[in-house]
Amino acid sequence: MNRAQTLSFPVIRTIGTHGVLVSFSDHLSDAQNRAALAFRAAVQALRLGGIVETSTTLTSVFVRFDPTVLPHRALQDRLSDLLAQQDWSLAELPAGRRLWQVPTVYGTELAPQLGEAADLAGMSESAAIESLGAARVRVLTLGFAPGQPYLGPLEACWDIPRQSGLTPQVPRGALVAAVAQLVLFAAPSPTGWRHVGQTGFSCFDLNHPAPIALRVGDEMQFVPVSPQELATASERDPRYGGAQMLEIDA
Amino acid sequence: MSGLRVLRIGPMASVQDLGRPGLLADGVAQGGAADQRALAEGAALLGQNLSCAALELGGVGGVFEVTGSLRVAFTGAPMSATCDGVRMAWNASYQLKAGQLLEIGAATRGVYGYLHLGGGIDVPLMLGARAAHVGAGLGRMIQAGDTLRAGPDQGTRVDQTLRVADRFGGGGVRLVESFQSDLFSGETRARFTATAFRRGARANRMGVELVGDGRRFTAIDQLNVLSEVIVPGDVQMTGEGTPFVLMREHQTTGGYPRIGSVLPSDLPRIAQSVQGDEIRFQWVTLDQALDLEARDQADLRQLPQQCQPLLRDPSGLSNLLSMQLIGGAVSATADPFAKGAY
Repeated sequence: MNRAQTLSFPVIRTIGTHGVLVSFSDHLSDAQNRAALAFRAAVQALRLGGIVETSTTLTSVFVRFDPTVLPHRALQDRLSDLLAQQDWSLAELPAGRRLWQVPTVYGTELAPQLGEAADLAGMSESAAIESLGAARVRVLTLGFAPGQPYLGPLEACWDIPRQSGLTPQVPRGALVAAVAQLVLFAAPSPTGWRHVGQTGFSCFDLNHPAPIALRVGDEMQFVPVSPQELATASERDPRYGGAQMLEIDA
Repeated sequence: MSGLRVLRIGPMASVQDLGRPGLLADGVAQGGAADQRALAEGAALLGQNLSCAALELGGVGGVFEVTGSLRVAFTGAPMSATCDGVRMAWNASYQLKAGQLLEIGAATRGVYGYLHLGGGIDVPLMLGARAAHVGAGLGRMIQAGDTLRAGPDQGTRVDQTLRVADRFGGGGVRLVESFQSDLFSGETRARFTATAFRRGARANRMGVELVGDGRRFTAIDQLNVLSEVIVPGDVQMTGEGTPFVLMREHQTTGGYPRIGSVLPSDLPRIAQSVQGDEIRFQWVTLDQALDLEARDQADLRQLPQQCQPLLRDPSGLSNLLSMQLIGGAVSATADPFAKGAY
């Protein structure tokens, strides 16, 4: 029997001895990611003593807590009550989100796999640049490396597979695509995703008082520029490569 | 300046502390010392705060020159230790003087030994902790030529010893069912605890491989699992159906299904197992687990009171057992820095 048929979402389950996971779905969708973001904000607003941290994954909210202060039963009851209050997939996204517009070179020797990715998505390179450059994607979750965003969702045509092999290394600021998502690399890294764009954006900079630039729920747009324009922008703004940050009104 | 100049050191040495809890939302795992109990033991032996950073030594120690008056303690995997050629006890604290030479050899049991300094090791805070997490771009391994500076030290406690919980050499480990346990059939879950595992060859601060009897442990819907949050102790099954216990430097999320989660208080036993050590799992209920964790926390709080004076006069016969007179014996010919020492 497939468990997916037996679980009804949302569902509250324990993870380890000091955590619970509130899951809205077992597959990624925009609505269920929004639900997770909104529900996490609501859990934080409860300000329950004993909650140590909260985070979101693609469609779940993780709550780590001290069961000697807040017993499992009590926390799960509070979370159940909160879940029942509304349809969280229709909830407003949390306040305080930002839109980052990031100058991006698509293709060229800086991002050599644009053509391959465009083929898989069934479009020309110029159509791919237009499609990716116009997309306003959301930080679905941060992970793999400190401050590194998984961004989406992209249009269904971008639900392209990962490569079978690994690219040995893409540089910091590389924009890679697969499975209807983008990742903006926080540090040089090997990857199985295709390198479609290059930015001068640092997701993580220990020398800065706020080392992690992005928050889950922020939105990003990767604006097409020429290699010359990116070089100029990065020289002027070594941390963000000329990115503009705007507050999103709730 | 008080501290240690590193003259020689193994390849797996790094500064570690309690790590960085609370940053999962930013994609940062907690990290920190692989054997957190050893941190608590070191803090007890020096009578200082649990948050002090120590040097974690993977498999082999190093040779250090003392640069100023300094308190030290040794905990975790037992290693041979000498000061100017005079043998020192493990699980003990000492006062050292400028110019003395401290030599720490290979682990005789277990993997991770810890060298604690009075005042802790003073490296800059990174995201609120001193622990190196190299894979995340936080800090680096310690190398010959480095200096480990001690933080301001108000403490005076030295010449103490502590009888510690034996967790070196594998053994029984308890785990609880977790959110994905029901992806595994009841038969698979029962077979998991009936299997005598051995620690495999692949093991580091991120995860530890377990080798069973060759039969795979696969989930019902193995390939269709959405990436979810990881907590230290989660036992994930790779695509080959091989279990890995995820350790403190785990990635923050992962898509392999997890059969259960090892109790935090049993993670040092996993971390300290060497290749080939036998490990057996036992399911406990969440209530039992919380009870065991509460008792473990109470034990840790008792450590400072359990320290005993370290008697170095052989006439102090009653204390001979805790001096580990032969516990640190190593081969005189083996090179403790040889690659693959553990």
